[in-house]
Amino acid sequence: MLELSKGSISSLLKHHEFYLALLITLLVLGLSIGTEDFMTLGNIFDMTVSSAILGIMACGLFVVLIAGGIDISFPATAAIGQYLMASFVLANGGNFAIAFGIAALVGITLGLVNAILVYKLKVPAIIITIAMLNVYFGLLIYFSNGEWLYGFPDWFMDGVEVFRFTATDGYDYGLNLPMITLLVVVVFTSLLMNKTRLGRQIYAMGGNADAAHRIGMNPFGLNLFVYGYMGAMAGIAAVVQTQITQSVAPNSLMGFELTVLAAVVLGGTSMSGGKGTLLGVMLGVALLAVLKNGLTLMGVPSYWHTVLTGLIILISISMTALNEKQQAKQEA
Amino acid sequence: MPAFMNLIQLPTDRNIRYLLVILAAIMALMAISLGGTFFSLSNLQSMSSQLPLLGIFALAMAVCMLTGGINLSIIATTNACSLVMASIITQSPDSGLMLMAALAAGLATAVVVGLANGFLIAYIGVSPILATLGMMTFINGLNVLLSGGSVISGFPDVLLFLGNGDILGIPTPLIFFGTFAFGLWVILEHTALGRAIYLIGSNEKASRFSGINTQKSLVYVYMISSILCWLAAIIMMAKFNSAKAGYGESYLLVAILASVLGGINPDGGFGRIIGIFLALVVLQALESGLNLLGVSSYLTMALWGGILIVFIGLQQYKS
Repeated sequence: MLELSKGSISSLLKHHEFYLALLITLLVLGLSIGTEDFMTLGNIFDMTVSSAILGIMACGLFVVLIAGGIDISFPATAAIGQYLMASFVLANGGNFAIAFGIAALVGITLGLVNAILVYKLKVPAIIITIAMLNVYFGLLIYFSNGEWLYGFPDWFMDGVEVFRFTATDGYDYGLNLPMITLLVVVVFTSLLMNKTRLGRQIYAMGGNADAAHRIGMNPFGLNLFVYGYMGAMAGIAAVVQTQITQSVAPNSLMGFELTVLAAVVLGGTSMSGGKGTLLGVMLGVALLAVLKNGLTLMGVPSYWHTVLTGLIILISISMTALNEKQQAKQEA
Repeated sequence: MPAFMNLIQLPTDRNIRYLLVILAAIMALMAISLGGTFFSLSNLQSMSSQLPLLGIFALAMAVCMLTGGINLSIIATTNACSLVMASIITQSPDSGLMLMAALAAGLATAVVVGLANGFLIAYIGVSPILATLGMMTFINGLNVLLSGGSVISGFPDVLLFLGNGDILGIPTPLIFFGTFAFGLWVILEHTALGRAIYLIGSNEKASRFSGINTQKSLVYVYMISSILCWLAAIIMMAKFNSAKAGYGESYLLVAILASVLGGINPDGGFGRIIGIFLALVVLQALESGLNLLGVSSYLTMALWGGILIVFIGLQQYKS
């Protein structure tokens, strides 16, 4: 019994997720004691809504990274999906199923284009997707003239809300569209990566592409799937963003790719593929969200946010790297 | 003729041949659609004063890519250098001593960032994308924090001359770019460090086992990259006559495009300075030409990406 618990603790200490969870717990504890507003329903609610887009996109990028690829072009994919979806809704009305459908379809299509180029050209995915980011964004802004879209129908503005209740602070709360979408996406991605054959194949391909190919997996098909999945997530996140901001600005997501990448690698996902957990990714997203929220509540000037985020990323990736180095040494 | 070709080593490099073909095609198109305007002295001069900034960024990116790495923090580093220099110069704009101190402080900033990047990548073992991404976020934050997000301006004429002046009709930034590109070429092709850089890019493990101090070499690489950013900072602050956090962010991805278009293998090990130079001329000719034709800069941005994809496709198709 003693042996067992000792073993499980030492295996816990090897996991990146453990340290992340510890860091988040410490932050949450500190913030709950230090500020009055942190542990309120309203604040936690706001924090979740504002990190929903990050969380959804992180799920997509997580799958691509596990497969051993990378996608930098997804903010442009999202922006195009968003623009086409918004144009359709403004012209024809519709409902959320149609909105999500259009955006996801556009995302999947552009994702498949990326997948084909990455697979056929055999150049590092980061180069291809940076080039495609330029192509997608350039074309979008050229054809849209950078014009904003707003004035959505009421059903879109109001969104969706379930389990509505009035809390003791007098405000109404409920699960709204961003939260529901985030929840569905996370559960779906988790099932996909942990419980299906496809998920195991994606891990296997990221771990060793040659071996995966030799035992009969179809690397091209898997590539199509992961980049398509990333595209779909980008499209879905784009609808959520539109619903939160109630408007569409073609360049609003520019530069977001690096934030999402930071969240995913903060969660311990390896850049070389095959290693990482969705739990870690969600902890990475949560850490960034809590940090930003906490700093705002403590009245720290927003100038500090980026510095601290950068510092945490640097420390976290250094720890991961050192850990891997040590494990490699032990195995050798 | 083959002997001459061998001497300048052009046709041995397929990349460079392709670039020359693309360049000729662009020149021909521009000549047909724009006539003499494209080849007018004023356009050539404006092209050659715009090219160096992107050129230096491309060199800063390329030297890291040769080792199989990448440097996403080049723009952040450049802004950090220019903010440091600007805040020192504006203390006393007319003093030559202050200018020297500012330049030295900028260089010191670049060296510190380069050391930090190199240390993370070579000694801690962080992947270059992540290390420089984290560094980029961190420095960007520091830039905004320390400058309060404000614009610093009011530089002495000497400094402005470095970015806008010309010597015998040649823009000073071009002279700077030429000098540093030549210096980098010497380092890459005629020193032990250069050999090490190419070897690390081809096979890091094998290089280490064959006695190359790969860790030290990598630190040098990221230092060189940072020092190029310092040069870019001088030109950028002179060009804009100001320094501010967040300037020039669109250059980051274009620098990667220019490097790859110039034949730098992103996996490391292959690529030459001459290729980058040609790629820059191609990109700049395209931009200036389309600009003269009144084509939107966003369409140009899309075209740059498209050209890279087509270019990579061409290479794959042939091999």
